[in-house]
Amino acid sequence: MDIREELKNGRFYLDGGMGTMLYEKGLQSGERPEEWNLSHPEIITQIHKSYFDAGSNLVCANTFGANLFSYDREKLEEIVTAAIVCAKKAAALSDTPQKKYVALDMGPLGRLLKPYGTLDFEDAVSMFATTVQIGVKQGVDVIVIETMNDSYETKAAVLAAKENSDLPVFVTNAYGEDGKLMTGASPLAMLAMLEGLGVDAIGVNCSLGPKQLMGVVKELLQHASVPVIAKPNAGLPKNDGVRTYYDVDPKEFSVDMAEMAEEGVCILGGCCGTTPQYIKAMVQATRDIALKEITEKKETLVSSYTHAVVFGNKPILIGERINPTGKKRFKQALQEQDMDYILNEGLNQEEKGVQILDVNVGLPGIDEGAMMEKTVCELQAVTALPLQIDTSNMEAMEKALRIYNGKAMINSVNGKQEVMEQVFPLVKKYGGLVVALTLDEDGIPTTAEKRIEIAKKIIKVAGEYGISTKDLIFDTLCMSVSADVTAPMETLKALHYIKEEMKLPTVLGVSNISFGLPRRDIINSNFFAFALEEGLSAGIINPYALDMQKAYHSYLLLHNLDENCDGYIEFATNCPDEVATVKKAENKKEGSEGTLTPLQTAVVKGLKEKAGNLCAELLANKDALAIVNEEIVPALDIVGKGFENKTMFLPQLLMSAEAAKAAFENIKAAILKSGASQEMKSKFVIATVKGDIHDIGKNIVKVLLENYGFDVIDLGKDVSPEDVVEAVLSEEAPMCGLSALMTTTVPAMEETIVQLKEKAPQCKIIVGGAVLNREYAARIGADYYSKDAMETVRYAIEYEERK
Amino acid sequence: MIYTKVFTLPPFNEAEIRRYAGIGRETLDAQSVEDCLSQCMNETKDIFQGTVCYVTVPIRVCGDEVDLQFAKVKSKALAKNLSGCEKAVVFAATAGIQIDRLIVKYQKKSISKALFMQAIGAERVESLCDVFCDWLKEEGEKQKNYLRPRFSPGYGDLPLEFQKDMVKVLDCTKKIGVSLNESLLMTPSKSVTAIVGMGKLPCEENKLPGKGCDSCSKRDCDYRKVK
Repeated sequence: MDIREELKNGRFYLDGGMGTMLYEKGLQSGERPEEWNLSHPEIITQIHKSYFDAGSNLVCANTFGANLFSYDREKLEEIVTAAIVCAKKAAALSDTPQKKYVALDMGPLGRLLKPYGTLDFEDAVSMFATTVQIGVKQGVDVIVIETMNDSYETKAAVLAAKENSDLPVFVTNAYGEDGKLMTGASPLAMLAMLEGLGVDAIGVNCSLGPKQLMGVVKELLQHASVPVIAKPNAGLPKNDGVRTYYDVDPKEFSVDMAEMAEEGVCILGGCCGTTPQYIKAMVQATRDIALKEITEKKETLVSSYTHAVVFGNKPILIGERINPTGKKRFKQALQEQDMDYILNEGLNQEEKGVQILDVNVGLPGIDEGAMMEKTVCELQAVTALPLQIDTSNMEAMEKALRIYNGKAMINSVNGKQEVMEQVFPLVKKYGGLVVALTLDEDGIPTTAEKRIEIAKKIIKVAGEYGISTKDLIFDTLCMSVSADVTAPMETLKALHYIKEEMKLPTVLGVSNISFGLPRRDIINSNFFAFALEEGLSAGIINPYALDMQKAYHSYLLLHNLDENCDGYIEFATNCPDEVATVKKAENKKEGSEGTLTPLQTAVVKGLKEKAGNLCAELLANKDALAIVNEEIVPALDIVGKGFENKTMFLPQLLMSAEAAKAAFENIKAAILKSGASQEMKSKFVIATVKGDIHDIGKNIVKVLLENYGFDVIDLGKDVSPEDVVEAVLSEEAPMCGLSALMTTTVPAMEETIVQLKEKAPQCKIIVGGAVLNREYAARIGADYYSKDAMETVRYAIEYEERK
Repeated sequence: MIYTKVFTLPPFNEAEIRRYAGIGRETLDAQSVEDCLSQCMNETKDIFQGTVCYVTVPIRVCGDEVDLQFAKVKSKALAKNLSGCEKAVVFAATAGIQIDRLIVKYQKKSISKALFMQAIGAERVESLCDVFCDWLKEEGEKQKNYLRPRFSPGYGDLPLEFQKDMVKVLDCTKKIGVSLNESLLMTPSKSVTAIVGMGKLPCEENKLPGKGCDSCSKRDCDYRKVK
């Protein structure tokens, strides 16, 4: 019988600790447990058998640490095969009456994934895939993914399991005392992602005892629509000076586990410190506790790698600004792959309080799939907000959903058969909450009734793909009121019906309403307020628009969704009012120092916002280039010299650089508006070498070089020699900067230099990093060693002058 | 047996943070920089959770070679540090991954803040090691065990490669989520591995092997503590 059926029939028991038993049998610390599958198969079989004898339905084969990092392909096959043979043999040998199953067990790979580690997501998937393939070949009944402390690695393992087998998949994560995974995920975030991926049972294992894990388990039970697993340790290890032991004994463990069973946990087992005795006691204590029915929960959720966002009574703000439509500067950023600009658009919206970021990077002439993948990767490195993948390009959508660390929102599907056939399989595979636009082959219906009909059709088709209605959110389509004056009320009528009668969540891209009208802010914010009143669950809005924020905060307050008025008071206190703004502008005139102009003072003092504003003012009657040469560059020189003379320190240098950057952003916009082309100095390729993941030094150099007008091509960190060479060649860059932090990564730097000298001999190579010095840099063939960021700038300027 | 322990960290040591950020003890005549530092400290005050995993192993020092049961390593400096000890605590400590996220975020948003975040993280993990070693000292002295100053791979002539053995014996990935990449960089980045010798006799002050900066031969380091 398939385990999935078995789970419906009764409580299901897993095994207890394997490591614990092996240490008792003489495994040495530091020795790999899975090697005993080959050297001591009889002991492994014996341990499995003792768990079956104790009442376990499922034992995990001894494959926890067996992966391609520890073994080559051939050895891995041998070890995993031997492990499964032992477990199956044990099932045959044990004569207790329960049904017996064997699992392929997969634990963490032991490397952290990018962006905080160096392991690529797809590499992780393929490493797990190899183990899965062997397990499938050996005929395991289920794949157990356990002790995962990172949501991203968990996703990689689940994808590998799903793509290489049809077996049931169980996932248990290791939660810390703070109730979160090491990389920050809450239980609800894990649940959203794992249910989205179609995992058959989810839960907790290892790290703590049953009492400490109770909170996490209860949270999972409250929200899960699949069976919940609990496999805690036998408490915590203690040492009384004589011996080491776990502080929860079998009796106490069984009492705690009975409590978990009462709460509704369906699958029970033990982890570190538990033995067959514990399992036996647990089985006896829980056998007669009635199984609680598992119900389908109706909550609509999306998640990031830290938290879930629930679509409930409180409307959600989705930031619309990562989108090139109608934005020259954003289009330019996309064309130049200026990731910093795009990422800051996300970070700034986060500061304005949005809970989800819409991501649209479609632009004719760029590879949208690659750009979407890159943007999602980089965004999830800097913000914990869930993302809404906004594209009609299916390749881009799949790439984004695949590498997204969580359960994404997807924008969008509609009633067209063809579109549903493309989008729904992706939703089924990767999980996600899909925006369903109420239009179809015949276009956008003019009446609310027709839109509702389309909504119902979408629900039906989604159901055929196995997608629950809670994973659909309906957009009743906001059309320009200037084109059809009856449109807004039809939109709201449909919205109201879907929310109140069908009890399903709704979303609108609000700003469309005012298209073609003057002072769009007036209409937008009022329509937003109406829509909220009709039951809008989420608005895709411009969070920088103050009137939208006013409408939102007022709505929350007046609908009793803002406890103690805290949110409103905070917003209102910081909300600029018109009178104050005028006063401020007058004050701005002051504040210059000595012979410095106000803008120069702002740059020298590192006042970002002020420098930006002053530059914008100056641009009204001064040429952009003159501002750069007469204002900003002299100010930067003052700071640069101060740093070199040690009268100013690194943080001051950096703050000035940021202030200058804010000013440059205005200059850029002005030049873009005037249609003139920007004059840039030489290209400068910069990278942190292969294997090195600390790149703050490199980024400092980058910021300063950009300040001085160099066209910096930043390849990031952990960059292979080949990629550096390719960038230098394709960009025809005359200079290349390499950074290495560790003695262990200097060889990678040397290799990069060798390849550059061979393939791009004209390129000057500048190196820097904590472990280097002048002699060493010369020895590995660099043209120049920079002890700090300013030296690199000086070198580059000299190069420019010699040119 | 590997033990895992969570520690509450003491308040920030601002002087250390300033040292790591390269502004030393000077009072800056730049309010904006001071404001930036306080904003960073404020933003990070609740994000740290110090976790440590450790094992106690019997050791033998033979010339330059130290036998730690799970591995042997040649290192004059470590041998000197551990002389007179019959066991040692091997540990890995991490200040968690939250700070890494902030460092990455601010490298995009504000490089000066990224620098301060980096400094704060460095200070936190060192504080964690101090807290852990203070606790070890207290526990050890109950059983008349006296501690040596902690010693990490990379100090003196103890090779960085030795971290591989330490991470393996401590089962770091599973216990506290610390892993080591092929270049021997630890993730989360604000993590430390170290060895603490335990002897039956307290170490005489003047014979103490160097601690922290004193044990390092790189005299021209910007971060070297000024006495």
